[in-house]
Amino acid sequence: MSAPASFKRAKRISSFLVNLVLILISLAWLTPVFGVFVTSFRTSEDIFKTGWWTVFPHRAEVKTGEIKLPAEVDVNSIMTVEGVQATFEQLRQGVLLPDGRKLIWFGNKRTRTIEIYEKRWVGFDTNLTLENYRNVLSGQEIRFKGADGKEILRMGNNLGAAFLNSIAVAVPSTIIPILIAAFAAYAFAWMNFPGRKVFFIGVVALLVVPLQIALVPILQDYTRLNLNGTYLAIWLAHTGFGLPLAIYLLFNYVSELPRETLEAAFIDGASHFTIFTQLILPLSVPALASFAIFQFLWVWNDYLVALVFLGEKTRVITSALAAMVGEKGQDWHLLTSGAFVSMILPLTVFFALQRYFVRGLLAGSVKG
Amino acid sequence: MSKPSLLGWLAANLGRILISIFVPLVTFLVLWQGFIFLRDSNAPQMVIVLVAILWGVGGVAALYAISNWLVEQLPTQWTARLQPFVFVGPALAILFWFLALPTLRTLDLSFRDATGQRYIGISNYIFALTDRVMLEAFRNNLLWMVFGTFFCVGLGLVIAVLADRSRFETIYKAIIFMPMAISFVGAGVIWKFVYTYKGEGAGISEIGLLNAMVLALGGQSQPWLQIPPWNNFFLIAIMVWLQTGFAMVVISSAIKGISSEVLEAARVDGANEFQVFWHIIIPSIRGTLLTVTTTIIIFSLKLFDIVRVMTGGNNGTNVIANEFYLQRFTYSNAGRASAIAIILLLAVIPVMMYNLRQFRERRAF
Repeated sequence: MSAPASFKRAKRISSFLVNLVLILISLAWLTPVFGVFVTSFRTSEDIFKTGWWTVFPHRAEVKTGEIKLPAEVDVNSIMTVEGVQATFEQLRQGVLLPDGRKLIWFGNKRTRTIEIYEKRWVGFDTNLTLENYRNVLSGQEIRFKGADGKEILRMGNNLGAAFLNSIAVAVPSTIIPILIAAFAAYAFAWMNFPGRKVFFIGVVALLVVPLQIALVPILQDYTRLNLNGTYLAIWLAHTGFGLPLAIYLLFNYVSELPRETLEAAFIDGASHFTIFTQLILPLSVPALASFAIFQFLWVWNDYLVALVFLGEKTRVITSALAAMVGEKGQDWHLLTSGAFVSMILPLTVFFALQRYFVRGLLAGSVKG
Repeated sequence: MSKPSLLGWLAANLGRILISIFVPLVTFLVLWQGFIFLRDSNAPQMVIVLVAILWGVGGVAALYAISNWLVEQLPTQWTARLQPFVFVGPALAILFWFLALPTLRTLDLSFRDATGQRYIGISNYIFALTDRVMLEAFRNNLLWMVFGTFFCVGLGLVIAVLADRSRFETIYKAIIFMPMAISFVGAGVIWKFVYTYKGEGAGISEIGLLNAMVLALGGQSQPWLQIPPWNNFFLIAIMVWLQTGFAMVVISSAIKGISSEVLEAARVDGANEFQVFWHIIIPSIRGTLLTVTTTIIIFSLKLFDIVRVMTGGNNGTNVIANEFYLQRFTYSNAGRASAIAIILLLAVIPVMMYNLRQFRERRAF
């Protein structure tokens, strides 16, 4: 074997190993989500009985028959069933027949029943349903079957309404801070006013303040102003918590736009407001988009702020889902479909706008 | 001389002045009506959502446009003087109300009793730094900080280096990064399902992935989230799942920045891949590794949602941010909650300062 050939071979082996490791890690990352996804389409009864992986074709022991022992057989001594001799205890544990079938005693001695199990490929006629999604979205009473097949009655968690509320919270909570921050960033970068430097340092310093610091006093203010539970309250809160980062990022971007472009506009007699709306905003679209995606996801996925400021009527999807975890801890058909309802929009944004998404999240990593 | 001219100016501009008063008034009325409608209306939810978005976004835009228009009505030199504050004023006002002032008020509250009436010295801080519950929370946050950060950065580094050599890099990276799009509450449900436990009994089969795997390997199923102190590590695994993607992407872009000549030169000189990794890649991306580490440390210090949803802080899994929540909203002790928040702030500041400096140098945006 010549040297280049062995080198090539080594390279191919290492590339194979690299891909193998990465595939294993990727599988570990995907499997939990995939399990929830599959479970959200299964019926409640099935979920109680078997793991989600059983929906795929696999070999399992399936009951294929039943033997009723005649009355003359003595169940307290060795019995001969299907050509094998076994005691009751052995049958209870399960007895393997030479042909691969398995005998298992059903219940106690008095049943006189032996079940025959056989390894077979199963899982081709999996029972999938959209019922869970219908139930979880509705706010009405819902019925489903429990582990023992009995019907259970619950109140739906009205995730449909919560989803709409999330939109009503997240869209303005994204656009308002961007608008306010863009105006401020422009002023800091291109306008002259007393205290400009001091104010800007102040804004950057506020980046370190964790959310928890602000919650208690703001809640007091809202109670006094009777703002608790309104959209305005939570928009303002998210705006306040998002502004330092937004101003900081947009300032970095806006301040580096070419000076000549702005000066030309000034000489043409354009006002600051015109320059800002006609020139700066369109030029800053990449920065605005990155921050918008970060802020939108942050607000959509936020739980703490929503928990503190929003009431029952304006409940968003994360709080609704968390409430479900609390009150319906074992109703996995509802929890899994609920989780997917909450994830569908962020995941869509992620796959549609991956590049902006990554940029936005990287930039947002300095958020306090 | 000035009087008649002022009067003349007033007379000449009467229409303008009236409009200047009238327009903001109308705007204010419209916005107020919108607020009342949103608060009290029982219209179909779709309508409310649409009105809310239009009202909120449009309202803010209208406020800027109108205040700017008002300022531009003034004599030129006043326009120049006031316009910057039209631009920057709302931001400063909101920052003052929502961040600057609350920091001071929280500081003040942290020296008061549960209801905020009476000053009680530093006893809230004594509670926050010595109480058994708080010490447990500190210990757990330390676990999160050390193990969570280590595994996020370590795995992120390994995946970034490996993916760099694969043709399918973008696919792997998208998969690892995907959990960043999922809320902590959603991730909580996903992992609760992985850890779910049914216990022993006739006819019971485990439906949780972890227990099923343990059973298949011949082990015994366990209620994973109820066994202290190991349950902390099962929660930390969720954070690793969520945050490794972040570490990976940042590290990966740093690795792409290493000049390929340096790497080639080392390989030509006979360095094997491990030597290249330890002696060239790691030193070249040290700054990035530190930034990623500090960012994830901050994340683990403020961690709340995962614990809140998974265990509520029970069974020895409490963390600082959850204890803050419990003190404020379950035990209604504003004083203690405020002291905890201040401690959180003090813990975050040094890491944050370092991060901001790095961020400016990196020019990531």
